[in-house]
Amino acid sequence: MSTSTHQTKYSTQLQTDPLVTTYYVRDLEFWYGDFNALTNISLDVMPSAITAFIGPSGCGKSTFLRCMNRMNDLIPDTKVGGKMLLKGADIYSSGVDPVDLRRRVGMIFQQPNPFPQSIYDNVAYGPRLQGVKKKSDLDDIVEDSLKRANLWKEVSGILDKNGLAISGGQQQRLCIARVLAVQPEVLLMDEPCSAIDPTSVQKIEDLMAEIKDEVTIIIVTHNMQQAARVSDYTSFFLQEVAGEPAVLVESGKTSDIFTAPIDKRTEDYITGRFG
Amino acid sequence: MSQNLNPQNEDRKTGMQVLRELQKEHKESDSGLGKAHVSNRIAMGVLWGATGITIGLLAVILIYVSYHGVGVVLQNFPEFIVGWPQGVNAEGGIAPTIVATLYSTGLAMAIATPIAVLAAVYLAEYAKQGRIVKTIRFAADSLASVPSIVMGLFGLAFFVETMNIPLSMLAASLGLSLLMLPIIMRATEEAIRAVPRYIRWGSYGMGATKWQTVSRVVLPTATPRIITGLILALARAIGETAVVFYTMGIAINMPIIPTDSGRSMSVHLYLMAVEGINLPSAYGTAFLLLLIILILNLSARWISKRYSRIDNS
Repeated sequence: MSTSTHQTKYSTQLQTDPLVTTYYVRDLEFWYGDFNALTNISLDVMPSAITAFIGPSGCGKSTFLRCMNRMNDLIPDTKVGGKMLLKGADIYSSGVDPVDLRRRVGMIFQQPNPFPQSIYDNVAYGPRLQGVKKKSDLDDIVEDSLKRANLWKEVSGILDKNGLAISGGQQQRLCIARVLAVQPEVLLMDEPCSAIDPTSVQKIEDLMAEIKDEVTIIIVTHNMQQAARVSDYTSFFLQEVAGEPAVLVESGKTSDIFTAPIDKRTEDYITGRFG
Repeated sequence: MSQNLNPQNEDRKTGMQVLRELQKEHKESDSGLGKAHVSNRIAMGVLWGATGITIGLLAVILIYVSYHGVGVVLQNFPEFIVGWPQGVNAEGGIAPTIVATLYSTGLAMAIATPIAVLAAVYLAEYAKQGRIVKTIRFAADSLASVPSIVMGLFGLAFFVETMNIPLSMLAASLGLSLLMLPIIMRATEEAIRAVPRYIRWGSYGMGATKWQTVSRVVLPTATPRIITGLILALARAIGETAVVFYTMGIAINMPIIPTDSGRSMSVHLYLMAVEGINLPSAYGTAFLLLLIILILNLSARWISKRYSRIDNS
């Protein structure tokens, strides 16, 4: 499948048993039309941990993230090759409905995107989709999710206010609450903190640490400090030549990547020599 | 270019020198008003003039009609609004025509809205974007630009003569819905397209299906703009004369059921004026018609603001 001779360096050996991983990715390829955007991606995402994807803009880390809940299916003319298993099951097998997959794998975007509805309705959206109707049940879910998203104290008195009326950082936490309300197994976060205020960033990082035991978190970030602060594992993506596919340069424990990177390019990137 | 580089060509000024001289000239000219400022002022003046004419015309029409109409309405208030026409239908009130107008446009909106909105959802969300969608869109735009007198003729030929619907509220609203359909459809389509894709992603990312995303997120988000389109269509239909002239009849009648005939305000106004029976009564009717449209527009703005108070703040 792969056309690249690239070899990813691993500070932690890849697992042989897919069932001990949350995501088990082997030789993944991705195309936008004729353009091979990602090649030869193999990595493990471990459960109850935070994995950070780092790399310069356009290195394919967000594209790869969107492969993990099949959001790329919404983009016409895209194609995936290789293997991507979620808890041992191939998410690209023909029997898998991406709609069901996305209920298990929530996603947070760079731009906070609350629906122009009340805060309550935003959080209740997912549970309602899944058929929760009783007001008292919804009340419980809304309160619990907002608490887990570190937002309850700020909005408990204004639940009927429009979700767009609160600050950008609060909106992002509202979006996290909205996703947590459907009890996802995995939370994908695509640069969730790049457009919001520092206080909210702190609160989001706190909540990530609090929920990671129950929800495996994968975060794409441009912020080296953030990756070093919050994550347990780090993967470094790079597209070396424009027009060529991006590759996974190095992957492993965050402490190893940031203190003793194996690849020279990883070292250059995390010390700020490029990107 | 090579001239610039030739040191022997002393007459030739460099671009920088020309600029410097212009700047010097500009400083010396009185009160710093250089040529650039003058042309800017002229452009501003022309733009202001054009805007002024547009707003001025509107004001003149409103004032003229109000000047002639308010007195008629107030002099005979509330008889003019709630009363029945007297004499040769030229005096007294115009109540039946108000009811006929609201009846037919309301019914037309009820017919056109669901069709137009569903068609727009299909075009914007489901149809494969390409030649066919472009053709449909072009057809809708063309439908919107068919002269209303032609639409009236078609309404008479098709709804009344072919389908045997009597000259009535129903026939008129079918004709009017033809006018409203493309306006509502295009406005709805634009409104749906204006919903940011990251809001849709939020829904898809939660495991919502396409229809759930469209019905629970996209359409509610697009509602204020859709309402604006509805009101525009309604305002277009409420003043429409040609279509209702052909399909509703001209007899004064209080419509109760959809197959009742009647005379709309616009037709009444036309008949009062063109036959010279009672010009003041025509102005009174015109004034009320304008008032209804004004109220419609204001309520549209109010609804639209209430829905999207966040966007506007």
